[in-house]
Amino acid sequence: MIRVENLCKKFGDLTAVDNISFQVGKGEIFAFLGPNGAGKTTTIKMLTTLMPPTSGTLEIDGLHPVEKANEVRKRFGIVFQDPSLDGDMTAAENMELHGVLYHVPRKPRLARTEELLRSFELWERRNDQVKLFSGGMKRRLEIARAFLHTPKILFLDEPTLGLDPQTRNQLWTHVKNLNKVEGVTVFLTTHYMDEAERVAQRIAIIDHGKIVAAGSPEELKQQTNSSSLEDAFLVFTGSTIRDETVNQSADQLRQVAKMWSGKR
Amino acid sequence: MSTIYILWLRELRRFTRSRAQVVASLGQPMLYLIALGFGMGPVFQKAGQGSYLQFVAPGVIAMSVLFSSVFSGFGLLWDRQFGFLKETLVAPVPRLQIMLGKTLGAATVAVLQGLLVVVVCFVAGFRVVNWATVPLAFLFMLLIACVFSALGTSIGSVLENMQGAQLIMNFLVMPIFFLSGALYPLTNLPRVMSAVTKMDPLTYGVDGLRSSLIGYSHFDPAFDAMVLVVVASVLMMVGSRLFAKIQV
Repeated sequence: MIRVENLCKKFGDLTAVDNISFQVGKGEIFAFLGPNGAGKTTTIKMLTTLMPPTSGTLEIDGLHPVEKANEVRKRFGIVFQDPSLDGDMTAAENMELHGVLYHVPRKPRLARTEELLRSFELWERRNDQVKLFSGGMKRRLEIARAFLHTPKILFLDEPTLGLDPQTRNQLWTHVKNLNKVEGVTVFLTTHYMDEAERVAQRIAIIDHGKIVAAGSPEELKQQTNSSSLEDAFLVFTGSTIRDETVNQSADQLRQVAKMWSGKR
Repeated sequence: MSTIYILWLRELRRFTRSRAQVVASLGQPMLYLIALGFGMGPVFQKAGQGSYLQFVAPGVIAMSVLFSSVFSGFGLLWDRQFGFLKETLVAPVPRLQIMLGKTLGAATVAVLQGLLVVVVCFVAGFRVVNWATVPLAFLFMLLIACVFSALGTSIGSVLENMQGAQLIMNFLVMPIFFLSGALYPLTNLPRVMSAVTKMDPLTYGVDGLRSSLIGYSHFDPAFDAMVLVVVASVLMMVGSRLFAKIQV
């Protein structure tokens, strides 16, 4: 379903993604793990048509994300690291907007919206503005939204960041369930190793833009003689702390937005 | 079409839901109208130019449309930082349609805001000279809104942060307002000033509004409309180019 060969992305002198190759099969749940700044998000951006690669081959369902951008876009749903809902609109309106953008005809759109919102336990709140939702509810809504156009692939970029264990658990249950029922391929990144271990069938670990290990959680643990995936992860990537350059303007905007949140 | 429509609708929904903001944005036009309209009135009258309130009201209406349009364009900055833009950029629709939906939505909101200011003007004592030309005034508001929403989207596509927005406000949007003849007649201006005002697209918007509301104009209203249509088309094209280049 996803095929990546010798993929590179350079920003000036910096090589963010350095000659990586991997494949994700149909219906598989694949975890892409790595420390901050390892190249996870850059890879997702290239896979999801948001960024052209410097070199290498990319295929989503047999299609190239740059040449057939719109065809590729129809085939996946994505939940970004940062929430991408419109807080001023209601849950139902966010779903409506998504459905229209993905050309889902009205009737199936409404039916599927109801089905998804019910299964994600948001149906009762469908007419509330999203800015009144808790972090977990927003996340659930984003995942429900990503499923609205029945994608073949679901990208989840650190979907559980900042959520409590209960919410995280519930969220993965939903994702696993949809994977089983609809056969959707899942490509996820996370910093919580226990999640990856529990959810993913296959894992690739990326560090400094290179894939340093790949295999099932069991295989990775055996290779390193570790009792948990977290230990295995630390063996593969070392224990040095990575300082990511912080996106200053985003932080600042967030502050401004907080100040105005009452009005907006 | 449905893409443009749904993004247009989004702007409208946001507008109707931010009542506090709507009221707040009426403050500035009211201040101009009252402080200047009544404050400068006697001087204006003595200079033999009639009622300043009558004169300045179309300028204040144009101002509110200008600010509202540009601000909506800046909304792109928000959408970009808070991720909503990504949601639209990974959708299987041409970016041109996204940009058009957003811009037309911003323009519509600006016209609605302008209509509210029209009401405020009437309350303050402004009177239309010839009701037959009022639809033309509406047309001019729409044109002003299109020009500056497109400008706002263009700027919003290249801006990275709030400081940039502040800079644009001070060095582009405020000059556009003050050099447009919104507050003073364009006759007998110093040569350089006169040349500068002629390069300001809002000048033609204000002039068109004035001609349709109080029957006073510096240029031919048909010429005003033509200039606005041309500038709006150019800016729409520029905006769609810049928008297409956005990387998130």
